[in-house]
Amino acid sequence: MSKRRVVITGMGWVTPLGHGIDAVWERLVKGESGVDRITRFDAETFPTTFAAEVRDYDYRQFLRDPKLHEHARLNTQYALGAAVQAWRQSGLDRFANLNRRRVGIYLGAGEGPPAFESSVKSNLAGWEASGGQSVDAKAWIAAAREHIVMHEEVEQEANMPLLHISQELGVRGPAYNCLTACAASTQAVGEGMEIIRRGDADVMVAGGAHTMLHPLGVTGFNRLTALSTRRDSPQSASRPFDLSRDGFVMGEGSGMIIIETLEHALARGATILAELIGFGSSADAFRITDIQPEGLGARAAMLEALNDAGIDPHERLPDGRPPIHYISAHGTGTQENDSIETRAVKGVFGDLAPEIPVSSIKSMMGHLIAAAGAVELITCIQAIRTGWLPPTMNLKTPDPACDLDYVANRSRRAAVDVALSNSFGFGGQNDTLVVKRFAGA
Amino acid sequence: MSREVAITGLGVVTGLGIGGEALWEGLLAGRSAIGPVRQFDASAFPFNFASEVDPAVSVRDYVPKTYRKAVKVMCRDVELAVIGAARAVEDARMVTKGLGDGAAPTFAPNRVGCQIGAGLIVAEINELTTAFAKARDESSAFSMKRWGGEGMNELTPLWLLKYLPNMLACHVTIIHDCQGPSNTITCGEASGALSIGESRRVIERGDADVCFSGGAESKINMLGLLRQFHTGMIAATSPDMDPQRVVAPFGAEASGSLPGEGAAILMIESLDTATKRGARVYATIAGFGATQSADLSVCPPRPDSGGEGLADAIRQALGDASIDAEAIDAIVPLGCGAPEYDAAEAAALRRVFGARLARIPLVTTKPNIGLCAAAASAIDVAVGALCVLNQSLPARLGAAECLDGLDAAPTGQRDARLEHVLVCGSGFGGQNTAIILKRHRRSA
Repeated sequence: MSKRRVVITGMGWVTPLGHGIDAVWERLVKGESGVDRITRFDAETFPTTFAAEVRDYDYRQFLRDPKLHEHARLNTQYALGAAVQAWRQSGLDRFANLNRRRVGIYLGAGEGPPAFESSVKSNLAGWEASGGQSVDAKAWIAAAREHIVMHEEVEQEANMPLLHISQELGVRGPAYNCLTACAASTQAVGEGMEIIRRGDADVMVAGGAHTMLHPLGVTGFNRLTALSTRRDSPQSASRPFDLSRDGFVMGEGSGMIIIETLEHALARGATILAELIGFGSSADAFRITDIQPEGLGARAAMLEALNDAGIDPHERLPDGRPPIHYISAHGTGTQENDSIETRAVKGVFGDLAPEIPVSSIKSMMGHLIAAAGAVELITCIQAIRTGWLPPTMNLKTPDPACDLDYVANRSRRAAVDVALSNSFGFGGQNDTLVVKRFAGA
Repeated sequence: MSREVAITGLGVVTGLGIGGEALWEGLLAGRSAIGPVRQFDASAFPFNFASEVDPAVSVRDYVPKTYRKAVKVMCRDVELAVIGAARAVEDARMVTKGLGDGAAPTFAPNRVGCQIGAGLIVAEINELTTAFAKARDESSAFSMKRWGGEGMNELTPLWLLKYLPNMLACHVTIIHDCQGPSNTITCGEASGALSIGESRRVIERGDADVCFSGGAESKINMLGLLRQFHTGMIAATSPDMDPQRVVAPFGAEASGSLPGEGAAILMIESLDTATKRGARVYATIAGFGATQSADLSVCPPRPDSGGEGLADAIRQALGDASIDAEAIDAIVPLGCGAPEYDAAEAAALRRVFGARLARIPLVTTKPNIGLCAAAASAIDVAVGALCVLNQSLPARLGAAECLDGLDAAPTGQRDARLEHVLVCGSGFGGQNTAIILKRHRRSA
């Protein structure tokens, strides 16, 4: 039985380079950076003092009834803005015959930022009551009742973006949130597609939202030595595939797409932006702290996605081009990821690998963690639609272990019909999507 | 034609013990594991009781020797998942890299998936506060500058990795060498059931033959319990109350649920491979449905009082199983004992089953093991599977007087003819699930 075809009819994002598909895309093609000093909290003495923050963003502009969402934490605020953009672009907001029971949501959204101050105050009160031995529970609960705000706590649950989006759009179908670290929103789009293919929904809102730009988030990644700590200009810190790369730069935001069956899109006369044709998911099953050195897990995800899409990675198209015309890399800018991802791409595409342009927009907007995959999938769709490949910025010193075409430092015109997007999570969960120019029914 | 999917192993960890047998024996005997919180002094908290896993249980006994070092980066949620996964493998009579002393694994690693639901994990409070304390300035106030300079260095370098929700699945994939699709679903109490629904899809579409599936979580820590209280699902109590009489699902005077900790990792397997290897089949998963509904106009958000969302999920599952509502012989509901949740669930069941509802036995578990967060709905699927396999309904605790004459009042264990059992999962945030388990008869 052939699979139901799934097409993309809406896109939205909220990123450190702004929000709105065209405005952000223009800045990506120009190679602009969203990285700067951290303003969200005083990070002056942290090992890392810079990040790509979302700025000048008011989520209420997107909402019918902002009051309903007044307790939304930042991750949910980003999710709402991106989802409403995508929903409007798809035209479903104006489609009178929509069966809301057949519209689901699959997000890879991160938890809400913790209420740091109230937790510091409560914990230290409990600590001091015991004379600095441990946190005394009676003193803690007394302080917690004074400092901890109910909605700030419950809104941290990772299924809250799901709840807010379902209420804003009025949709009632299958609803999932997954949180496979940096792979989450790629996985969400993929599993969302599978729900449609199975026939359990006609339309899915899919994507992710996340911010770890808070004191404990930066602390956690600093302790892992995963973040860049360079002291020169923040805009040049994120250096995927460069020999001098020293870690990733934190970003935040959201990317959302609307996917639906081809029949549903055609029947309502929707504008089809691209077709989603392949999804692969795997686990390294190697180590919590390290990526499998041969990139076997990454290869398995790419191969599964290509197989799902019916693409042989070694076979040229009739016009001589490789079967994939652009890869949006996971490309974090850590020593480990970028060399292993390169090895995995070569392992999958063999002799054709050097002919496939690969770039990482994390060089410009940092790493959006759980939201990265969906934003990077939108990048692939935009490459198909506009014929521009966004660059990998800050790639000045080639690394012999990274020897593919990374579209270094300058965007480029290219005919992209099929693109692939990779996301790999801490702990070894890997996901890949393949997206194609819509060539008609 | 998609592949049929079965449950072939149960790895359940609850206050009633380790393993499906311990849970089943406890339920048959009508035991409750709910008592005063032991992991810290909760006497000044707005509620004081929980169902806790025996503190003598050590995760070290459930990991291969080569993996013992990694135990130090496991938070309690991960420990529960790892214990549950080991028990599930054993129960399914499988061999994996981690269990089987080097024998060849039953399945090739790339045919094994892993979908384990998780919650919002709270960092261990003393570890974090030791670091906060180092960041106090001369006036004893917390200083962000000192935190960045010195305080944070008190945290072990791998601190963040202990608390990422995907670490439950990641440790399990490493121990048992599962290289197939792997996911971490975080949807409150519905997480476990949604994970089981996803494992079924993964196997149906041919991307794996078997999946570790379910959920695990412990909210039995100060901030975790306070957060759960704030969801509006938990009963206010005082230490002088009888902890085993608080949770009364669908009770006319129910006051709320009580928290539990636990895990349910199920082996979800293609019926083909299960049949080929002669595995015991608890039940097949004949139907699945999922929807979203909740009311955000109040704080905290609460379930939709009309129960339409859950009713839709049940109808989806019935359609998926190609059966009528008439075919359902018993129901394992959320039945958490929180009045708003019970009322919404009862309304949903009434929409689907009408007047017959009063004659369908409900299997309630929360008075025995508490509301086990991300594990809750997976534990309930395990209970449903045990009912189907044993053709038996466990004893029931709770309220003598139930809403609308629902069959949920205290009773002893009963034998029953169970062809189809419905398991409902809902929770905080409004995700609803329905799973239909079907009795499996070996073909002659």
